[in-house]
Amino acid sequence: MNVVVCVKQIPDPAAPPALDPGTNNLSRTGKLILDESDSYGVEMALQLVDAAGSGEVTLVSMAPNGETSGLRTALAMGAARAILVSDDALSGSDALGTAKVLAAAIKRAEPDLVLAATESSDGYTGTTPVQIAELLGLPSVTFAKKVEVTGDSVSVERQTEAGYDEVQCPLPAVVTVTAGVVEPRYPSFKGIMAAKSKPVDTLTVADLGIDAGQVGAAGARQEITGVSAAEERGSGEIVVDEGDAHERIIQFLEQLKVL
Amino acid sequence: MSIDKIWVLAEVADGKTVTASLELISHATTLAGTVEAVAFGDATAAVAATLGEYGATKVHDVGDLGGALPGVPVASAIAAAVASGAGPDAILFPATYDGRDVAGRLSAKIDRPVLTNVVGLAEDGGALVTQHAIFGGTQIASARFTGEGPGLFVVRAKSFPAESRGGGPAEVVAAPAPDAGSTNAARIVARHVEERTGPKLDEADVVVSGGRGLGEKDQYAMIEELAALLHGAPGASRAIVDAGWVPYAYQVGQTGKTVKPTVYLACGISGATQHLVGMKNAKNIVAINKDQDAPIFTVADLGIVGDVHKVVPKLIEALKTRG
Ligand SMILES: Cc1cc2nc3c(=O)[nH]c(=O)nc-3n(C[C@H](O)[C@H](O)[C@H](O)COP(=O)(O)OP(=O)(O)OC[C@H]3O[C@@H](n4cnc5c(N)ncnc54)[C@H](O)[C@@H]3O)c2cc1C
Ligand SMILES: Nc1ncnc2c1ncn2[C@@H]1O[C@H](COP(=O)(O)O)[C@@H](O)[C@H]1O
Repeated sequence: MNVVVCVKQIPDPAAPPALDPGTNNLSRTGKLILDESDSYGVEMALQLVDAAGSGEVTLVSMAPNGETSGLRTALAMGAARAILVSDDALSGSDALGTAKVLAAAIKRAEPDLVLAATESSDGYTGTTPVQIAELLGLPSVTFAKKVEVTGDSVSVERQTEAGYDEVQCPLPAVVTVTAGVVEPRYPSFKGIMAAKSKPVDTLTVADLGIDAGQVGAAGARQEITGVSAAEERGSGEIVVDEGDAHERIIQFLEQLKVL
Repeated sequence: MSIDKIWVLAEVADGKTVTASLELISHATTLAGTVEAVAFGDATAAVAATLGEYGATKVHDVGDLGGALPGVPVASAIAAAVASGAGPDAILFPATYDGRDVAGRLSAKIDRPVLTNVVGLAEDGGALVTQHAIFGGTQIASARFTGEGPGLFVVRAKSFPAESRGGGPAEVVAAPAPDAGSTNAARIVARHVEERTGPKLDEADVVVSGGRGLGEKDQYAMIEELAALLHGAPGASRAIVDAGWVPYAYQVGQTGKTVKPTVYLACGISGATQHLVGMKNAKNIVAINKDQDAPIFTVADLGIVGDVHKVVPKLIEALKTRG
């Protein structure tokens, strides 16, 4: 079974985020890392291919400046190869533009299953994978907390407001996984060394046969009109517990008439 | 350009319209002359009165989906209306599991982008302008669509109040989904309900949340006990949801629920920006954390520097003796 995993390479979330003052887009200069949200998809894909006994995991990513450091992390985990779409024309893409590019790249890998995260850590629009599914003409199941493949269909436990639904879907399909579905493995030293020589196909918009006017800032049909500081919420009283802090909480709740 | 007609995806659960959809319908009446709902499932007729009361004059009923996931069939039905020219200027979706699916599918079908994580929506010069809380809610970004075609907006719960507009029942019109072929092949084969008692997390007046500072899964029981004593709902940080201590439905924050209770009590939660964005608009915040530099204290009205294993059991005892 061949599985494609969409992996986003993002600025380190631990670093303070910034907006590009010219465009108000998220600034994506500097080194990028594998989005932790996608490490679950990578792990899930590796386990599913393992269980199937054949096939391989292909990564698909769209990122600026030919960035591969996040891809190398996922290759070190055990993915076989990667397709990277990188092109200056893609800067400023909205989620639909990104989905068009990723869909075209995924098509080349002819996967049985496409995995993505329910939402990315930096953009968190959470719509890209479903847009990809529609563009590829595939069914999709979002918010998976358990994924199993039997024959040519996938069964998913899908998170719901009240609990979860068991969903059956024929392959090929797009499935998005929530954090915590599986425990992502740490790349081994051997894996890290092997990742250096694994193939990464780098493609441009033209290679994919996409009209550059459809994607990037040129194709984006939404704009950020401004950014302002939110109303600040000041902190109040701080009490160090000397064994009676619970009394202060009760007083506070009484003042609010909650008690 | 002006906003004449807005459609709102009305989700129905347990025979009732979800609050997030009612918030959108009542807010939409302040933006457009005509507000209509799109509903699916077998209970549309039963909720037509409620949809009308909050401001929808019509409900486009996609009908029973025969076990299909809503994304494809509901988006197909809306896309057909848009193609026929009967579509609205904007479509609002609640940021629910299904709402996001329908919006994503529709976006690709009609080739229009979506604005997600919307927390504010206003009219400006005949166009809709959104607000988005970014960087843990410290900044607000505004955005709008350019180009022709309806605007698609996925709006977070609690962004607007759900207010009755005193309208009569909405007229139900059938809007069956055209055949979407194999893209519509995902089927729900069984549903599992995890029992929760007490008020719902996003509707409770008091929310008591626990985080990794509880130390271990069993300790979450005291959060549930405290929540019950305060007639509130228990919540959680993502750290303990990912650790499998509590189901995802308990999660508060960027990737979980937005809550605005009268009191939010955070126990052993550090206050990461992604957690704060889901709770910092609570009217009052109480935090218990043993680290006096924990970021949660920057938003707390009452901050207790202490051990949850000492403070919470005493609080529970004291509340019990009050009866
Ligand atoms: C894309 C993305 C989305 C996210 N979405 C969410 C979200 O929706 N919701 C969310 O909550 N998080 C979210 N997170 C995760 C978030 O960044 C934090 O990792 C998470 O909130 C931390 O949970 P915590 O506060 O329970 O754990 P920690 O950060 O580990 O904090 C534990 C706290 O407990 C305190 N403590 C320890 N022992 C005790 C004790 N005995 N008594 C009192 N205090 C004690 C410690 O001082 C510490 O402050 C998201 C992250 C990303 C990248
Ligand atoms: N540029 C990208 N490259 C690869 N995968 C992506 C990209 N953008 C989004 N995705 C996938 O889609 C998921 C949801 O992204 P988003 O719509 O940004 O929340 C991500 O977690 C990835 O799995």
